[in-house]
Amino acid sequence: MNPLKDEAILDVRDLKMYFPVTRGLLRRKVADVKAVDGVTFKIRRGETLGLVGESGCGKTTIGRCVLRLYQPTSGSIFFEGEELSSLSESKMRRIRCNMALIFQDPYSSLDPRQSAGSIVGEPLKVHNWVGSQSEYNDRVEQLFRLVGLDSSMTDRFPHEFSGGQRQRIGVARALACEPSLIVCDEPISALDVSIQAQIINLLEELQAGIKGLTYLFIAHDLSVVKHISDRVAVMYLGHIVEITKSRTLYENPLHPYTKSLLSAVPIADPFVEEKRERIILKGEVPTPLNPPSGCSFHPRCFMATPECSQAVPPLRDVGAGHQVACIRV
Amino acid sequence: MVEKHTSDIGFSEAPVRASEWRRFRRVFFERKLVTFGLVVLVLMVIAAAFAPLLTPYDPYELGDAGESLLQPGGEHLLGTDLLGRDTLSRLIYGARTALMVGFISVFISGFIGVPLGIIAGYFGGVINMVIMRAMDAIMCFPMLLLALLLAAVLREYDVISGIWVVIIALSIAIIPGYARVTHGVTLSIKENEYIMAQRAMGSSNMRVMFRHILPNAFPPLIVLVTMQLGALILAEAGLSFLGIGIDPPGAAWGAMVWDGYRYLANNTALWLSPGIAIALVVFAFNMVGDGLRDALDPRLRGLL
Repeated sequence: MNPLKDEAILDVRDLKMYFPVTRGLLRRKVADVKAVDGVTFKIRRGETLGLVGESGCGKTTIGRCVLRLYQPTSGSIFFEGEELSSLSESKMRRIRCNMALIFQDPYSSLDPRQSAGSIVGEPLKVHNWVGSQSEYNDRVEQLFRLVGLDSSMTDRFPHEFSGGQRQRIGVARALACEPSLIVCDEPISALDVSIQAQIINLLEELQAGIKGLTYLFIAHDLSVVKHISDRVAVMYLGHIVEITKSRTLYENPLHPYTKSLLSAVPIADPFVEEKRERIILKGEVPTPLNPPSGCSFHPRCFMATPECSQAVPPLRDVGAGHQVACIRV
Repeated sequence: MVEKHTSDIGFSEAPVRASEWRRFRRVFFERKLVTFGLVVLVLMVIAAAFAPLLTPYDPYELGDAGESLLQPGGEHLLGTDLLGRDTLSRLIYGARTALMVGFISVFISGFIGVPLGIIAGYFGGVINMVIMRAMDAIMCFPMLLLALLLAAVLREYDVISGIWVVIIALSIAIIPGYARVTHGVTLSIKENEYIMAQRAMGSSNMRVMFRHILPNAFPPLIVLVTMQLGALILAEAGLSFLGIGIDPPGAAWGAMVWDGYRYLANNTALWLSPGIAIALVVFAFNMVGDGLRDALDPRLRGLL
């Protein structure tokens, strides 16, 4: 096996990201939106960690904290052994070379006034990654071919590409400086289904080809996450409720929230589909401004007991790297 | 890095062809008045550029006795002024002054106002407060009054002279306009994900502001520049009319109106011709500005 596999490239410990809600002329802080409230996870080098959960549960916030686009309220983020949350922006700049972000919306994530070639080549210039203009041109053309675009398209502008092609440009930009970690923030949610498959395959092929390329793959589509991830973390209202190998998660979900999520996935076979037992959750997702006491899922949980509202359940190991945050399991 | 042929994940989707430029031309030239304005401006720029070749007489040459205050027609197409100078020649040279004041002022104030607006909008917070409140303070004064005041002060202390007084005074007076428009546009541009992409890849603030925000702020700025050129030429005429502008014997439309208004009844061409020139140019700039706005505004895409 690959010896690199065991090394944690990203180690997030007790990450909290609260966004203050201010009011009035003096910008008095009246409350916190607890977007991410104590999240701990690791990603090993070369692995793909899927991060799933419904909208507003804090998936994107985690991705952005990892890249230090947000300054976390507390907690630590170790990337390749270095603690990021306390680094100065100038020191951070050096590290940004090794991590990249792929966006959800291929329309607003590319500067409309920049040619495709210069979008892809921009990280190279920012980090002085190439020595000369000809090296730069070679690298940009290489990146275009790598993501399946014709290298003659470098001087076209974003609006001259289709959605899938634009997302490929975004992928090429992310790959420019050979990063070891790419945060994919719902990279396929804004694409047509047929194009989704292309982008997923592209990401997989890149990972197979580039040694040690690690993904933090944020999505809300369970079947896509199952396909691409080695491990999956399920989030609910700022907490990770379950984290395990993706096979295990789909075959043996333990947390009631995960169970209800998986029961909502339709099955293509009509006979099986008919017998599918759905767990319908009651109520709505509570606001992260004022989350429920104890387990934040307990008001909607079909397994809840009075103890569930007492304390926040810790993420505990139930064997074989399977972690669940539920006292009833 | 691996190199491979990606035939299976290739590009099955047809690329969309660019039609931006075609739409721009269609919308811009659709209205006759806009085309008319553009023609007027082009003619004026040509006249200003080739003034020495086009003028029948030297605009500064004083006429002989009996050549003053001639009526239009005859040798002097638009007549002569009190000193016997040819009105048409002075009108053409006046276009030079007007355009020079307009373009240089727009350039200077844009050079200061646009970065201020971008910086205020991009950083926000205290920086934004300081810059934008300072701009508001300048904006409190009517443009012409402020320019008048500045011109008087600059002249009093002999800092600069002649046409430059007008240019500097007007430039300072219109800086807030640029700062405000740029500030507003920056606020909306910086919410785009491509700005976050820049931060994620570690671009410096300078790079983000001037390589990414500035080019995207251009369309509204072009419209503003065009509109302001008209306003500036009008202001320059106002200043010279009030005697603050161009030093004699320099030809300026405002000063020509002032010279001519004493002969309101008996020599109409003397004040009417520079007056019409001012009106025509300001109108032309506004029309072209309007056309540019319609053609460049992405929100009107599909409607126009």
